[in-house]
Amino acid sequence: MNFRRGDIAVALTAIAGAVALFLPLGAAGGWPRQDMLLWIAALIVAILPALDYLAGPASSLLALLGAIMGGAALYGLVDAGARGIHAPGLWLGIIVLAILAWRAMAAAASLAVAYKSNLLHLAAPILLGVWAIFMWQVLTVGFDIPRVLLPPPSDIAVAMVGSAHDLMLDFVQTFIRAMIPGYLIGCGAGFIVGVLVDRVPFLQRGLLPLGNLVSALPVVAVAPIMVMWFGFDWQSKAAVVVIMTFFPMLVSTIAGLAALSRIELDLMRTYAASYGQTLWKARLQAAMPFIFNALKINSTLALIGAIVAEFFGTPVVGMGFRISTEVGRMNISMVWATIVVAAVTGSAAYGGLALMERIVTFWHPSLRKVAS
Amino acid sequence: MIPMNNVARRLRDGHALPVTMLVLALIAIWYVGAVWLNSQRIIDGYNDDDDMKGKWTMSDLVRDTLSMNRPVLPAPDQVVMELDRSVLEVAPTSKRSLLYHAWVTLSAAFVGFALGALLGIALAVAIVHVKTLERALMPWVIASQTIPILAIAPMIIVVLGSIGFVGLMPKAFISAYLCFFPVTIGMVKGLTSPEPIQLDLIRTYSASKSQTFRKLRWPASFAFLFPSLKIAVALAVVGAIVGELPTGAAAGLGARLLAGSYYGQTVQIWSALVLASLVAGLSVAAVGWAERVTMRHMGARP
Repeated sequence: MNFRRGDIAVALTAIAGAVALFLPLGAAGGWPRQDMLLWIAALIVAILPALDYLAGPASSLLALLGAIMGGAALYGLVDAGARGIHAPGLWLGIIVLAILAWRAMAAAASLAVAYKSNLLHLAAPILLGVWAIFMWQVLTVGFDIPRVLLPPPSDIAVAMVGSAHDLMLDFVQTFIRAMIPGYLIGCGAGFIVGVLVDRVPFLQRGLLPLGNLVSALPVVAVAPIMVMWFGFDWQSKAAVVVIMTFFPMLVSTIAGLAALSRIELDLMRTYAASYGQTLWKARLQAAMPFIFNALKINSTLALIGAIVAEFFGTPVVGMGFRISTEVGRMNISMVWATIVVAAVTGSAAYGGLALMERIVTFWHPSLRKVAS
Repeated sequence: MIPMNNVARRLRDGHALPVTMLVLALIAIWYVGAVWLNSQRIIDGYNDDDDMKGKWTMSDLVRDTLSMNRPVLPAPDQVVMELDRSVLEVAPTSKRSLLYHAWVTLSAAFVGFALGALLGIALAVAIVHVKTLERALMPWVIASQTIPILAIAPMIIVVLGSIGFVGLMPKAFISAYLCFFPVTIGMVKGLTSPEPIQLDLIRTYSASKSQTFRKLRWPASFAFLFPSLKIAVALAVVGAIVGELPTGAAAGLGARLLAGSYYGQTVQIWSALVLASLVAGLSVAAVGWAERVTMRHMGARP
């Protein structure tokens, strides 16, 4: 009988998983009955099919199922009181689970390639995310890490549900009232100035290096000045966002308008296209990838600007205000809840822009499907 | 036709002249803005003063608006004077020297930059070699950047401080987090930049995986690494400054900004801002210089 190298790894994993059943669990005493059964079932489901060379989606699904069952079983141990270094059984189980999760991720990734499915391409990253959150929960609870240092995800979820109203108000103040107007004004102004400057090569040659320089500067540091000029409310935050987003957009617009090559411009000329027509039908279209790039960079910058500006003074609402006051009260779960809101907001804004980019710049080589 | 000499041609076609003109124009606008923004308070002062009421002239107004103690917008020469006072006239080791504060910020930024760049390169090497990692981790690397990490910098500082972890390292962590992303993205691009034909060639030499990496992928990645490092070093400075904002840190450019905004010392804010910009610009220039040296050493032709 021939062994593959992977088989030995699988067999070792199975043995380690079995050994974990007999190691001490500290305060939990022994494995609770249903967790023990679940763990054994997980090992069988995840590992035996691999030894049997079961191929294709069936074995991938079994790997996934095994990882999920194993996770549930180990969490049962933590719930039963397994803590810290007194519970080597738990930690050996966690290591086995990491291998199971890795195998499930690899299976999901290869499935996504085999079936060329966009939805399946999300499976591996989602699995990694779920596993990371699981590890976070198990490690913070299992090692009794102080809540002030790093609260477990369950605490953060409780804080999010409990303070949903406050979080909503913060979101409206920081995102809707401060960031969106600033973002629109900053990007709009950068775009318009870029288009205007394009007609004056002298200005263009001067603005491009200056714009690049400003993009490298710690622009967010103007926040205290803006708060002094425009007061504590959203206007000062919007002003910071305008300054932060203006230059990346200006530089990208100038670069984008220069993206079209001589031959395409000559073609437009043979069509007797006016300046406006060339701009609208050819050059702006070619500039769109650059402009969307700036829009995406700016969406993150704008959120940072709006939040950081709130550290310098704000009415008693807003994400930056919430972060700085709750840090002061050592109420770290609430801070994390605000961060989750900010992260989801940032990712959603970025994702929405990326989606718009796909629609607007469908012709771009990076988005073309390879004909097979 | 009169032959143009080199200088004249460079003036006509290069960036130097337009940039200089624009900078001069910006300084002029700054002066006008300073007069305009500060005039309200000065005029109010005139109206309260019986000697001056109705008798002040435009030149009085300009002179007074440009030499206020706590102006809304300080004039450029006030900022330069403040920089001169706090940089050149006190010893660099004194706490009143802005250079001392710049060094506090810059040292944290550089440590963070080094950590972040190393992490970014290691991550890129792993992503290029392990397929599953690429599929599972890459989306999170990108998603990590849509999170306004800079905004939670204060929390990291406070939390690390609460377990007795203070000083340079917490700030360096924030800088490192900001740095790793551009480096990872750039390095993944760079390490996968060799063409199939080059990979095929090195395979005909029966090169091992590590040889392919050392002799082809690694040198090929440098063209992508340095532009990423330039972005990263600028971000590192931003990270270190913002890391100083929340905790009332005693030293650093961010602490100067915060102290200035508490006490309404606008001149102090502006001089810290100008020095921060200089420091960031010089850091980027230093990386650019390292790029030129390395590229020349590796045999690239300009």
